[in-house]
Parts: sequence; C-alpha cells; structure tokens
Amino acid sequence: MGEVKGFMTYARAVPTKQPTALRVKHYREFIESINDEELRQQGARCMDCGVPFCHHGCPLGNVIPEWNHLVSERDEEAALQSLLATNNFPEFTGRICPAPCETACVLGIHEDPVSIEAIEMALADKGFAKGWIRPEPPTLRTGKKVAVIGSGPAGLAAAQQLNRQGHWVTVYERADRPGGLLMYGIPDFKLEKSKVQRRVQLMEAEGISFRCSVNVGFDVTMAEMQKEYDAILLSHGATKKRDVAIPGREHKGVYYAEQFLTQSTRRVLGDNITELEPILATGKDVIVIGGGDTGSDCVGTSNRQGARSVTQFEIMPRPPALNKYPRAQERPQETPWPYWTHMLRTSSSHEEGCSRHWSLESVSFEADAEGHLQALVTRELAWFTNDKGQRTFEPVPGSEKRWPAQLILIAVGFLGPDPAGPIEQLGVSLNERGNIKADETSYATTVPGVFAAGDARRGQSLVVWAIAEGRKAAEAIGRYLE
Amino acid sequence: MSQERFEQAWLDDPRMVQRDACGVGFIASIKGHKSHKTVTEGLEILRRMDHRGGRAADDLTSDGAGILTQIPHQLFQAAAQEAHQTLPAPGAYAVGLFFLPKEDDEQQHWFTRAEVLAEKWQLVPLIRRAVPVDNSVLGPIARGNEPSIIQWVFTDKNAAAPSSFTWRLYMLRKELEEEGREKYGIKQLRFYCMSLSTETICYKGLILAKDLANYYHDLRDERFTSAFAMVHQRFSTNTMPSWPLAQPFRAICHNGEINTLRGNINAMHARSKLLQKAGLNDDLAAMGPICTPGLSDSAMLDNTIEFLVNTGRPLHQVLTMLIPEPWDSNTEMEQALKDYYEYHSYLMEPWDGPAFIGFADGHRIGAILDRNGLRPGRYWVTLDGYVIMASEAGVLDRRPEEIVHKGRLSAGRMFLVDMKQGAIVPDHTIKQSLAMQKPYGAWLKDNRRHLYELPIPNFASYPADSDDGIQQKLLAFGYTKEDLRMIVAPMANEGKEPVGSMGNDAPIAVLSQQRPLLYNYFKQLFAQVTNPPIDAIREEMVTSLASHLGAESNLIDETPEHCHVLRLKQPILTDLDVQRLEFHGHGRLMARKVSTVYEPETETLEAAVGRLQFNVAAAIHEGCSVIILSDREVDATHAPIPALLATAAVHHDLIRRGLRMKASLVVESGEPREVHHFALLIGYGAAAVNPYLALAVIAQRSESHGFDSSKTAATLQSNFTKSLGDGLLKIMSKMGISTLQSYRGGQIFEALGLTQAFIDAYFTWTPTRIEGAGIEDFDADIRFRHQKAYAPRTTFTALPQGGQYHWRREGEAHLHHPAMIVTLQQATRINSREEFKKFCATLDSQSQQYLNIRGMLQFKKSQNSIPLDEVEPASAIVKRFATGAMSFGSISKETHETIAVAMNRIGARSNSGEGGEDADRFIPAANGDLRRSSIKQVASARFGVTSHYLINADELQIKIAQGAKPGEGGQLPGHKVDEEIARVRHSTPGITLISPPPHHDIYSIEDLAQLIFDLKNANREARISVKLVSEVGVGTVAAGVAKARADVILIAGYEGGTGASPISSIKHAGLPWELGLAESHRTLVENQLRGRVVLQADGQMRTPRDIAIATLLGAEEWGIGTGALIVLGCIMMRKCHLNTCPVGIATQDPDLRRKFHGQPEHLINYFFLLAEGLREIMAELGFRSVSEMVGRVDLLEKIADPRTARVDLRAILDAPQAPADAARSNKTRQNHEMEKTLDYRVLLSACEPALTKHQSVHLDLPVANTDRAVGTMLSSEISRLHGGYGLRDNSIHLNFKGSAGQSFMAFGAKGITAVLEGEVNDYCAKGLSGAKVVIVPPEESAIMAESNVICGNVTLYGATSGFLYIRGLAGERFAVRNSGAHAVVEGLGDHGCEYMTAGSVIVIGKVGRNFAAGMSGGYAFIYDVDGTLQKRINTEMVEVSALQDEEDESFVHRQIQEHLRLTRSSVAAHILENWNVEKSRFLSIVPSAYRALVRRQPRDRMHSSARVVGGDNLGTILEEGGYHG
Repeated sequence: MGEVKGFMTYARAVPTKQPTALRVKHYREFIESINDEELRQQGARCMDCGVPFCHHGCPLGNVIPEWNHLVSERDEEAALQSLLATNNFPEFTGRICPAPCETACVLGIHEDPVSIEAIEMALADKGFAKGWIRPEPPTLRTGKKVAVIGSGPAGLAAAQQLNRQGHWVTVYERADRPGGLLMYGIPDFKLEKSKVQRRVQLMEAEGISFRCSVNVGFDVTMAEMQKEYDAILLSHGATKKRDVAIPGREHKGVYYAEQFLTQSTRRVLGDNITELEPILATGKDVIVIGGGDTGSDCVGTSNRQGARSVTQFEIMPRPPALNKYPRAQERPQETPWPYWTHMLRTSSSHEEGCSRHWSLESVSFEADAEGHLQALVTRELAWFTNDKGQRTFEPVPGSEKRWPAQLILIAVGFLGPDPAGPIEQLGVSLNERGNIKADETSYATTVPGVFAAGDARRGQSLVVWAIAEGRKAAEAIGRYLE
Repeated sequence: MSQERFEQAWLDDPRMVQRDACGVGFIASIKGHKSHKTVTEGLEILRRMDHRGGRAADDLTSDGAGILTQIPHQLFQAAAQEAHQTLPAPGAYAVGLFFLPKEDDEQQHWFTRAEVLAEKWQLVPLIRRAVPVDNSVLGPIARGNEPSIIQWVFTDKNAAAPSSFTWRLYMLRKELEEEGREKYGIKQLRFYCMSLSTETICYKGLILAKDLANYYHDLRDERFTSAFAMVHQRFSTNTMPSWPLAQPFRAICHNGEINTLRGNINAMHARSKLLQKAGLNDDLAAMGPICTPGLSDSAMLDNTIEFLVNTGRPLHQVLTMLIPEPWDSNTEMEQALKDYYEYHSYLMEPWDGPAFIGFADGHRIGAILDRNGLRPGRYWVTLDGYVIMASEAGVLDRRPEEIVHKGRLSAGRMFLVDMKQGAIVPDHTIKQSLAMQKPYGAWLKDNRRHLYELPIPNFASYPADSDDGIQQKLLAFGYTKEDLRMIVAPMANEGKEPVGSMGNDAPIAVLSQQRPLLYNYFKQLFAQVTNPPIDAIREEMVTSLASHLGAESNLIDETPEHCHVLRLKQPILTDLDVQRLEFHGHGRLMARKVSTVYEPETETLEAAVGRLQFNVAAAIHEGCSVIILSDREVDATHAPIPALLATAAVHHDLIRRGLRMKASLVVESGEPREVHHFALLIGYGAAAVNPYLALAVIAQRSESHGFDSSKTAATLQSNFTKSLGDGLLKIMSKMGISTLQSYRGGQIFEALGLTQAFIDAYFTWTPTRIEGAGIEDFDADIRFRHQKAYAPRTTFTALPQGGQYHWRREGEAHLHHPAMIVTLQQATRINSREEFKKFCATLDSQSQQYLNIRGMLQFKKSQNSIPLDEVEPASAIVKRFATGAMSFGSISKETHETIAVAMNRIGARSNSGEGGEDADRFIPAANGDLRRSSIKQVASARFGVTSHYLINADELQIKIAQGAKPGEGGQLPGHKVDEEIARVRHSTPGITLISPPPHHDIYSIEDLAQLIFDLKNANREARISVKLVSEVGVGTVAAGVAKARADVILIAGYEGGTGASPISSIKHAGLPWELGLAESHRTLVENQLRGRVVLQADGQMRTPRDIAIATLLGAEEWGIGTGALIVLGCIMMRKCHLNTCPVGIATQDPDLRRKFHGQPEHLINYFFLLAEGLREIMAELGFRSVSEMVGRVDLLEKIADPRTARVDLRAILDAPQAPADAARSNKTRQNHEMEKTLDYRVLLSACEPALTKHQSVHLDLPVANTDRAVGTMLSSEISRLHGGYGLRDNSIHLNFKGSAGQSFMAFGAKGITAVLEGEVNDYCAKGLSGAKVVIVPPEESAIMAESNVICGNVTLYGATSGFLYIRGLAGERFAVRNSGAHAVVEGLGDHGCEYMTAGSVIVIGKVGRNFAAGMSGGYAFIYDVDGTLQKRINTEMVEVSALQDEEDESFVHRQIQEHLRLTRSSVAAHILENWNVEKSRFLSIVPSAYRALVRRQPRDRMHSSARVVGGDNLGTILEEGGYHG
C-alpha cells in the first residue's frame, strides 16, 4: 500500500481498446496495457486489506495485495516474482480471466474495484519485455519421469511445476500445436498465439519435452506409458461436447463453435487447411447458440470474417443490467458481494456488433432442399421458481419465431472428458458427473500413479482454475514421487 | 499430571504471589520520648485509614491490620516478674511473637524445637507467654483460621560468641521458618514469626482497625509505651486472607507492589551462592532461602531488607539499594550520589514498582517513596516534637496552631527520623552521607568500562552471508514474508514499532498448524489494578535501558571489584559490538562464545540443550564472565537451538548450579526480529542481544521490498535498533517496570500451551495452565524448517507468506475468514436463521483446525432437554448483551449512533468508549430512539467525563485494561480530531490527544475502590463496572475488585479489537477470556464474593455456541464488539488507525463516512439470532433461564481429538471448591454505603433550595479525612436537574474546615463554590465540571502557607471546567489531563500538567521535574522564583517563553488577583504589589501547535468548543462568569 489514500486519489484505469471499427479489421489483440505511471497508481489504489477478498476470490490464491503494494512502490520486478509465485502464466490470465478477484475486491463495495487484471497483464508483459521472465531450469534432476497428457493450461502449469521439482516431464498433445484451449479455443484477438508459443518455448528451454500430434491411448497405449513414466497426469480436458439435438441438426451450416474457432485460428496462423471443409461467416447471417465465453468468441470471429449479421441466443433469462462495476448495495441478494455477480455482461466481442436474445429455446433448424441451412426456429421460455425452490421454465405457447441464418454455431458447453482413450484403457473411475474421480488433495485417480487435473477432473471451467489444478496436482505428484 | 500436582501448579502456586496495597502511617517522637499515647494515636491513625483496607466476604474480617513499635520494656518486665525471671536491660533481650497452630501437640512440637534450636544458637528462652487476646471481636473468617499467638523472650547465652546476638536471633528464626515450611508446605504458614528483635515488636492479624487493641490486650496496657508506632492497613487482592501476611513485617510496611518480584527472587537466590562474610560463612551456607517462598511481595522485600541489615548495612542504605531513585538521566543530581547509585546498581537491581515503604529499626523510623512517586505520603511536624506521617493527611486531630510543617514525600526521596539524634534527617543529608561512605566514583573510574571504550578488532569475525545464504538462514529461522514486510521493514524505515488495528483472531500457538516459534507460546503480562503501568514516553526520566556485563560479587561486601563490569547504554548489539566483546576480554571481563547449534542427524534437541548447559558452566568455571550464546554456525548440518530456549535453559541451569551471578549472557542469534522476541530473551536472562540476521537482511534489502530506499543501510539498522529499545521500554512499562536491569530475568510472562515438564526444566516458575507442546515438538519444528532451508533444492525457495496479521490462504488460520464475514453480513441483513446457521458453521465446526480454547470444548449430552418454548424468550436474553467500548473518534458518528440506537431499542447496552459523548444524544428523538450510550466509559484520559456525562448512564465502566493493548495508553493524532470530536472530548480541533497508560487515580486496589466510590457518588443509579483483561492472576484481581465494590466485572480476552495498537501488543499481551473468566469465576465463588457481582466476558465471541460456553464458564452477560461492526459493514480491513476505512466505520473522513450503510435493524437481527441460537442450546441442556446456566461448567467437556490430546483444559473445566450454598451467579447488590457520605447526610437536603428553587445556599461544615468525595453527589443532582450548564455561579457556597478525604469536589458541578480551610488529600477536584474550589490553610495556622503541602497528588485530573485556587503546595501530577479548568497554586510536585489539553494552570512557586510532559493544549504560567525552572520542563511538546502579549499578562494578573481575593495569599500579594517587575519572572509554557491553532481561530469559534465554562481562549475566560462571584 504505497499510498494510504491511493484509493481516494486515483480513479480506476484499465487497458485501452482500439475502436471497434478498427479492431474488427484484424485478428490481433486490440488492447493496450496501462502505462508505467498508471500501473503505479492502480497498484496504489489497493488498500492492502486485512482480509483480502481478492486473494480469497482468486482460484490461484494470487497474493494480490502483495504485488499491488510492490507495484505502487515501483518495485515491478519483485511484484512480478510475487505474482509468478502463485501463477505460472500471468500473460494468459491477465488477458482472458473473468477476474473474480475484482468482483470480490473490497474497494468494489463502494467504488470501482482495483484493476487487478490490468496490473497482472502489465506485469507479465513487462516481465517478458525486460527479460525478467526467463527459463529457470531446475538445478537438480531427480531422475523421475512424468507424462502430462494434454497441453492446455492445466497440463502446462503441472508440467512447469513438476519440472521445477526436478522431474523429467513430457507433455503429450493430440493437436499439432501445444496449448490446448489456449491455442485453438481462444481466438487470437483475445490471446495472440505467439504468446502461447513463447511460453511453450520457454518451457522447452527449461527442459520440458512436448510431443504434439500424439493421441495418447491410440498412437501409444497406456500400458506403454505406464511402463515409461513414474507418474501420469491426465489433463486432457473436457472435450465431450454438449449438442443441440433438435430436428435439422444434420443440416449443412450447423457447427460446433470449436470447429469454427479452430479453423479460424489456423487460418490466422497461416496453416494450409484446404483439406478441410471451410466454415466461414463471411456474408452470412450467423446465429450463435449459447451465451458464454465461447459464444462470445464466435461472435467476435464472425464479425471479423465479415458476417452480414450476428445474433446470439441464450436459454437463460436476461440477467439484470447493472452498472459495469456494481456496488455491493446494488448487487442481487442471491449473489451478494464478494461473490460473482449475476448480471448482464457485455464482452468486447458484443461491443463489436451482435444482437442478443434471452429465454429462447431452439426448436428446429430449417434448410433448403439441398440441405443448406436457412433458419432457426425458436420458442420463448417463461422462467419461474417451483415449489421446491428450483428455477425452472415452461415454453410460452405460440411464441415460435423463425430466424433466418446461414451459419449456426453451437456453443453450449461440454459434458466432461471423452472416455475413449486413456480413461478407458486405464480403467480410471469417473464420478457421477462424468469427470475423472480424484479428490482435491491427492489428485490421484483410482489407478495408482495416475493423476488428473483441470477440466478432465473438474469439468468445464476457467483457465485460472485449470492452472490452479495443474499446480496442485503437480504438488500431489511430487509428494507421490518422494 | 496428577490431580495433586495440578492443583499445586495452579491453585497453590507460589508464582501466584499475593498482591496488596494499603494505608501506611506512623507517629514518632523526634526526641524518642516513649509514651502509651503514641501507641494509642498510632491505632487512631489505623482507624482513620480503614477505608484503605479491604474486607473479606463476611465484611467483618479485615485483610490485615497491624502495628510495629519499640519493645515496651515495662510490660515485659512485668511479664518476667510473673514468670519469676529477671529481664536484662533493654537491648540485651529479644522478644519474638509467633503464630502457632492451635493443636496442643503441634504447639508442643514447636516449643521443643524452639528450645533445641535456641540451644544451638546459644540463646536462652527466658519467658514463654501466651499473648492475651479477645477473639470475640474477630469476624467469622478470621476466627476460622485464628492462630495461637505466643511470645518468647530470649536472652544471649554467650555474648562472646563469634557472631552477634542479633545474627543468631535471625538464624534461629530462619531455621524455625524453614522447618515450618517443610512441615506444613509452602502455603500453609501455620508457623510464622511476626517479629523477633531486640528493638521492635509487631502485633497484627485479620482484625478490623478499630478492634486491633480490643483483640490484643497488650496494646491497651498503659505500660505499653513506645517512641513510635507504625501501622498498616491491608487491602489484599488475594484469595483467602492470611494472618501472617498482615503488616507491618519485621522491618517495613509497604503500600504498593513489587513488579519485578520473580526476577528479584531468582537473583537473590543466585546471589546467595556467592555470599561470604567472615565468621558467618558456615551459617550462610546452611541458611535457607533469603526470600521465604510462598509469601507476598512485600514480605519478600522485607526478607531481603532484614538480611542486608543483619549482614551489616544500615537500614536506610539498604532501602536506597532496593528502591533507588532514578539517577541515570537526572541532570540535577550530584555526581557523587550518581556514582553511589551506579555502583550499587552493580550489586542489586531495583525492586521496581509503586511503593510507599515505612521502615523502623528501633531508634530510626522513616519512609521512602518509589522512583515514580506512585503512592501518597504526607506528613506533619508538630510543635511538641512529633512527626505524623501517613498515606493521607489528617489522620490525627491537631489544632492548626500545633502544626509547624506540612510536607509530603516525593518520588525517590527518603524521610528519616533519627530518634537518637533527636532530629529529622533530610533526604539530601542522608544521601550525601551514604555517597561519601566509600570512594565510589574512583572505584567506578578504575573498574567500570563502557562498551564504546573497547578497541575495534581489525578483522571481521564472520564473512558476510551471500544472498542465498541469507535466504537459507531466513528459512531456517522461520522468517515469513510478513515478518519482513510488516515488522522488520516498518521498524527500519520509521524507527517505530508498526501499528495495527482490530484484534487477534489467529489460533493460539499450540493450536496453530504453522509451526510457530517458541516465542509465540508466551504472553506478556501487564499491570492491572494492583499496580499501574507507566508511561515510558512521557515519563522517560524514570526509565533506563542500561544493562551491564560481567560477574557479580559477594553481596554482603563492598569492594572496587564489585563494579568491574562493562556498561551498555542499551541491550541491542551490532555485529561489531559482539566482536569487541569477544576479542578484548581480560581479567574479570573474559568473554567466551558458546555455540547453540546442534546436528539434527545425530542429536536430539534435549541432548543439545544439556550439552549447551554443560559447556556454559565449564566456560564459567574457567573464569569467563561474559557468555555469548551464538547460533552463527547454522549450516546444512547444523540447526539452531531456539534462542529463547537456549537462553532460559542456561539461565536457570546457572541459577541451579549457583553460577548465575558469575557471568552475563549475550545472545547472538539470527532468530529474534520483533520486540516480543527481545523482551523474552531479556526476560529470561539475556543481558544483551545481537540480532545479526535481522540486521543482515535489512542491509541486503535496503533498497527494495518495502525498505525505504532513501535511507542508508546503516540508518535503517539503527532505526531498527532504536525501535527495539522503545518497544522494550513499552513492554516493561506496561508491567510498571522502569529499568531494564530489573526487567532482566523478571519472567514477566505467562506460557500458553507448553507442558509443565518443559516449563519446569527450562522456564522454571513461569505459569503455564493448559499443557501442550514440549521439547520434542520444538525439535520436530526445527528439523522441519532446517530441512526446508538446507535440503537440496531445484529452484529458489520463497519465504512462506505468514498470514499472522493479514489473512492469507496458505498462511495462518483466522476467525475472520472471508466466508465468515460474508455469511454473517448476509444473515443479519436478510434476517435469516438458515443463513445464520451457515455462518455459525464457518466458526463452530472447527473440523479443519481448532482456533481457540472454546473450539476444543463441547456440551455434554444432557438427559434433561426441555421443549424450546419453555426457555425464556429471546427478548429477555438480548438484554444481557453489550457492545464493545468503541469511542466516537475511533469510529464514526454514524456507526456510534447506529449501535446506540439498536441497543437501546432492545434494552441492551452500548458503550460510549473513552471519547465522551455529545450531550445532544442524551435527548430521545421524536420516534423514541435514544442515541445515548447506556454504558459510559471512564478511561485513563477522561475525555469528556463530566458530571453531566456520568449522570446520563445506566452503567459506568472503568476501563483498567483493553484486550488489544493491556497496560498501554493511546494517542488520537491531531488530524483525526475534528471540530465535533474536539467538542465532546473538551479539546481543540487538530490537537493530538494522548491517553495515559494508567488511570492516574488508580495506582492500587484501594485507589480503585476510591474511584468506584467516586463514580457511585456521581451516579447512584448506575452500576459500576470494571473492565479487566485476562492474564494469570486475574481471578485474584477480580476478587479484589469485588471487594472494592464493583457491581460488574468484565473479563476481556486479549483477542479484543482496537482502533490502533502496536501489533506486538495485539498478538502477544494478555490471554484468552476462557482462562480469565474461569479463573475469575472460580476465585469469586471460592471466596464467596461471586453473589455480589455480575460477571461479563468478551473477546471475539460470535456465535450462540460461544455465548453458551461463556455462560457455562461463569459469565451472565456478554460483550460483542467486532462482531457488531462486521454486521454494520466492517470487512476487517485492519486499517482503523489510518482513518481510511472504506466502509465508513473507523474513519472521520466525511467522504468515507458517507459510505457507511449499516442499519440498527441489522444489529438487532444479529442479537436476536444469537439469542435464538442460545435458546436452542439452553433447551438442549435443559435450562429455562440464563441465570440457571451461569457457571455450570460441569456441562462442558473437552472434545476427544488426537490433534489436541496434548492440551489439558482442567484449568478451565474444574469446578470451584466451595460449599454447596456458595453463590455461583449474581444474587445481591453491593453495599456502597452511600448513606454514610457527607453529601447524603447533609448536603443534599441542605442545598435543596438551590437545587429546586434557585435560591442561594450558604453552609459551614467540619470535614475529616474519612469524608470522601465531598460534593460529588450534590453535583450529580445539579447535573441531573439542570444539565451540563449547571446552576448560576455561587448558588451553593460551602465553607469547610478540616482535612478533607480523597476526591474532594470530584466532578464538582457549576454553581458550587467550595472553600476548604485546612487541607485536602489526593484527587481533589478531579473531573471538575464547573465548580469553584478554594483551599486555604486555617487562619490560626502558624505555618508559611507557600512552603507547606496542603493538597495531595493528582489534583484536577481530567477536569473539564471550573476553577481551583490553592494557597500552598500540591503534590505530584497536578492537573494531569486537565481539559478546561483553571487553577492557581503555589507550588507542585513532579509531572505537573502532564497530558493537559486545555484550561490553564498558574504556579506562583516551584514545580517538580517533568513539567508539561505530553501537554498538547492549554496554558501554564509559572513564576520562576530562582531561575531554575527551565530544566524541569519537558519541552518535547511545549514552548517556554516570557509572557507573550497583553492577553497573557492580563489573564495572569486577573487570576492572581482572584487568588489573592479568595485565599489572601502573601505570595500573590507580593507579586501584585510589584507587578511590573515580577511579571517578567513569569514564564509561559504553551504547546507550540496549540498556541498557533488557538490564536488563528476566531474567538467565537473557540467559545463553541467550550461547552460549559471556560475554554481555551484566554480572553474568553476573562469574560466568563467565573469572576463575578
């Protein structure tokens, strides 16, 4: 807390964004980090709370007041060290984390919260620019070998932590590039792929091996893996997609969001993807089913590809519209401060142009005679609370509506890890929700020596949770290997 | 631990030394004329000080009274005749008085033993006499343990024996006593010798003062003559009163308390091994302990004194050794006397604490006062050659013309009557002759060395550690990031201990899972009630951090070698200092470094400690006198023994080996880094400490990580050292200890969570009550840390977070966890029982980790459950809640009033805190809401404590101590004092306000009784409550407080919140309330005092379960502070001290205050949710009402859990041992005897016309010292009927004659003019609220008014308005914390105008030292008679100048004119006659900031802040009505 009254002196500042008209013309990141003086001031807004709710709200347990304090004293290198002590990849979370820390910020009770994420991003970028973030290979090797299956944020975090413990780590990735969701799930304009690659290179320099395009369980059997490695971590994500199984699903023009986003990213990366059937929004009326982050990414990508119109549907009712940083007094009673506020949120992709609709259920896809998609029929839902106190809905009779569309993207989430492959081969038990069964202390599956972390264990979640899981699993594996 | 052992450890523990304070007095014929009248008058003195004594539960048994006189030769001649013996001449025989058991066979045993031992010591037991007594005058309790009282007369069998008659008598007594102790055990005291002397004789017992002579027939016998009679009236806080502990003792009687007792006893024990004296060596070797174990502090002081006297020093010299005046920084003291004191400091550390000691040895009688002047001592010299000296003036009736001088004893001074010389020997003469006895100065010059004189070695003893090396050491010594960020860096940057706020909510060390250091298992003890803490900042002159190294010599002797020591200015050493020590050594100052590391691979910690002890002893045997315990050699194979364990283990081992005094211990350790660590190291025997790692890390990081890069490493290090020194002074002073020398080895700590075996082995005599960790646990912790630091690692290992102060996910657990805060706020906002249960679950199911003692308890399964609807309603239960004391000032107006409104709505109580209260709040709002606080607190600063404030309360709470910082004062910085706060605190906006550590009217238990009496007079309807903080012995204090007639006793846990406190105090001072409450309840029940008081408890209570446990442990009411704030929006920022509270609670910033959104309804919801929850538990346990539930500890049990198996909670769970019919909850009200006061008997009715009809009243009345708080009740009626504005001036004119008792005109309201011809005792005009008081000598008096003391100590304390004129001298601490009254006086003692914030004081005479310390407002004008004034002023805050301007001059002139008019003062007359010359001799002493502020403000603005009379602007005062009467 460099300045006792910093929070009364300075206003909240966040990275500036390019105007929408400009940014939809390219796929690069369009935000500019806060400058050095802003960085100091924003750090000085932190009140160094006796009970830091931000630190509690952060899945990683980032010691936010500590690095805020150091930033406010212009000791940025020390601040970065503090940040890196709990977060392996601030360059990712500083960009794409929904920042539950800021929702929980004590200053947010009556003011705009501290711009924690902006500080994080600025520190991470500074760290790379100034060479403070550099490969730190372990000084000792234990000789133990660990395989990490899946190179998403959980796998990467686990790999880095395990490597720091001195173990030899090999990361397996079924895609052609490492990074998992970070690579192909999130579009470039939110997280440039060069930043993912930079991180992977740094990890390679620390002694971690990456083996891409290897589909473990198919290209190599689990028995072989078990033989080769002292421990195996399953961090291959929750890839079982939820579908919108309504009449007309088979029509040409209805795709999963992932298919669309992966293609787009590969195009941006300059890959030759002519072998694939192109999924493009250019000149089309696009409908995105699903109001989450992936849906948002589809919106942003569609606009960049030159869609004629972009429309987004959400089954849930429209959340209350609150101020951007709602004060504690304004928050809904069910989600009081410091919890994640139930409210209408507008992403940067929404800003770029999108028509949003709520309480809508998809009824059928309609196509022309060739099977080319023409429209989506929806129906309105009436939401209410039943006798048991649960939220439920009933369709509103006669509310059917037909929405013309030539491309429909399904972004309604995932249903857990795909059992085919490692899970089946190892005979790892799943829990009632279809995720790999492993507790939050040992991260051990029902098979000795095999561990699980990230979406594969937890179910679909945030990148920050994946990193947290990866770190804790690495710790657990470390204990196991001792 | 067996049950028996357990009880020994905690009930009959000699560590729980009894505390007492009292009234002392004597009368003596200067010429040594013996008479029976003197004895009778001595008894009269005793009777007149009855109110200073205490009584047991039966109200008929005194805590002790006694008389010491010369041996009445005639009486014993008669006794000899009866026994057919011949008595030799006086001096050739000795009389002994013994308490013996009643049983015949026991008595026979002692008769035989006495004869056998008399034979051994070549004494003849000439006569044995049963002392004639009448036990019908005894109270039931006294009669129940009345001893047989036997006198023996011994004569000398062999006058030619190698040792003297008196020495052999002394040895006989010691030997008998030792046998008694062996036979009956340490506390039995069934065999006791009151006196055995050739000169003096003592009679005492648990007898009411008035009955002493009725009990002892001898005292009524005309043949009982003496030239002096010294008497003592005891007020003990101890549990069961005991006959032997009545006073006087053999040489002294003592009013006060020895704070450093444990260290003194240990040192005396260690010294006894070095004793030598020609001809006595065999005796000395065979003699038992000098200080008899199991006695009171006063008794042990007496033991030591008589030993030193019997080995050859005169009594008055002995007293200057034990109770030296502060000489270290006294600029006015002659060098020879300083040398005398310095020399003697190498022989004996001070026995520190408040003390008025009367002493007598047959032909000399005198008294000495402690260095702080904390007890009163007044004397008269009469025309017929007598001295009458006592704790109060007016204890005998003498006509004014018979008195030739009235004086008082001042701090550190001695008063001596030498009856052989037939003269009073002045202090100066005594001290001069002592200083001249030996060439002390020359001896010092030749032998004593200073550290800075030692040569600097030209090589470094250790290479500097690399960064990595430092990191490893930090890890090995358990440093956390927080240690560096929150402790070390702020100390290095600011040179001050860091301040924090809110309470401690982390688990006690034994429950922590963070492997806390050994230091965290110790809690600092502190003074409360029986002795005052001192103010080491404002009263710095009495403190000293000096220490010395080297061997001590034979105590009996005095030689130059005795001062062959190395003197240290302060105890924190740099690396260079240690090198100097290590390499310069020669002769008697040889240093040896002994390593305190061990190899965990090959050795256990226990073995290592044993090896260390052996190595140190060996070094001392080889002649080393400075032992440097060093853990510098920590490396990959060597782990450190905890420095505290090493120090204490060596210290106690050396005591046991008899080597302790042969060497000093210096600790060179990487471990200590916060003040508490250093206090412990020194408290367990270290003379100096070198914290090399803390210093190294400061140097290493000086430019980053929160260290101030604008300062050099050297500056940062010296700041760190300085703040340690200041911190040590603060810790010492909260126990009332002034010098490091006597703090050293004083063990002023309680262990919490350490096994008895561990304590016995290494920390002997430290109280520990709940068992817990032992040496194996610490061994494991060290190994863990060492492994972390030095195990092969792959990457950089960061320090752990810590999380002690601020919550951290990976750090220490806290009660205030985010989920807990959120669920509590949510539950109380939506008033949901369901949500509230969720909140309770976050605290009550401590399945992850136990946080506190109550967490380990559960309710026993009850067979008697009842339906919920049979339990009393929640609306009745909520009336038992109080909120914590939080001042307006520490929290915002909005918060303060919201709490008050909520509590008033439900009939519960809110607490004003110590900041006063706006009178607007006393009037209900239109909707019926009342914003006034039901409880009005009276704390040390007395902010806004007026008669009007006091009358507007249902309860008056005396805050003795506060959980977060017991024993400490506080400071409200000027920037927080806005217009409104200044108004209610009767001060000036922008001026810093200081709260003194002690109440200056409570230095002892009988003072507390007096304040309770005063407050009861100020509001007869209000309950008087006393707030104590849990620590070992609080039960004893509580018993004393109950005897002092408090209606309510609040036991606060150390966890409690605060607006600002040094963080070491928040963490390390005081104990959990569970221990204090259980102990207090038990002690009160066992002493049959429980029924008289209401017990209240507080300290981080949050849930119904907490409340239920408190009730079962003995509390009938509960306080909740922080919890209430959380409900109103507090999110535990812990930034209260910065005024930046972002939710508008702990701030005065108008912008932030607007953010306050708390509602009274939320708070009401909370208390009802608590009460409903409690009802569920009550139904489960089968209680229909809370009253039935109080104290039912039998329904609690410890949860069986292997994780807490090592903790033993019997100290809490054992039921009191008392008869079945003893009250176990509040049953009756205290008898305050209000009907006996002069106000009640006379003034109220006589003044009725003035009170109700606005008619003038004029009264003439006699007054005596037993009339206390005269005028207070009358004033309360004025305030009740007429509010704060009082009556028209002079509506009531009271003329008194005589010696008024304490607290004359306390809280005197406007409209009264009280003129007293005679004199007053202590606390005159305290809290003065507008009245005018005039004290003049009687007209017939022959004395020179301006050189006689007619006014006691602590006059005008906390006065808020009014006038006081004294023709004569006043005592110490005049006008302390005056905030608006105006006084003229003709001279005063030390510490005048301390902490004053407004008003004025004019002194036309001399002032004592340290004038104006901490004075932040108001004016003082002093007539500097002899030009010596300047150096007596503490100029830290004030400016000294000539009268500044016209306004000053006219003010002084008019006030002196008024003084002349009212008192006929001859000094005033002289000054006024020569005004143009004399005015230039006046000095104005005004706080610089204050004068600037006041002068800047328009007059009318200032006027508005002066609510009643007077104000701060001199011009305004002149225009006020005060002069028109």
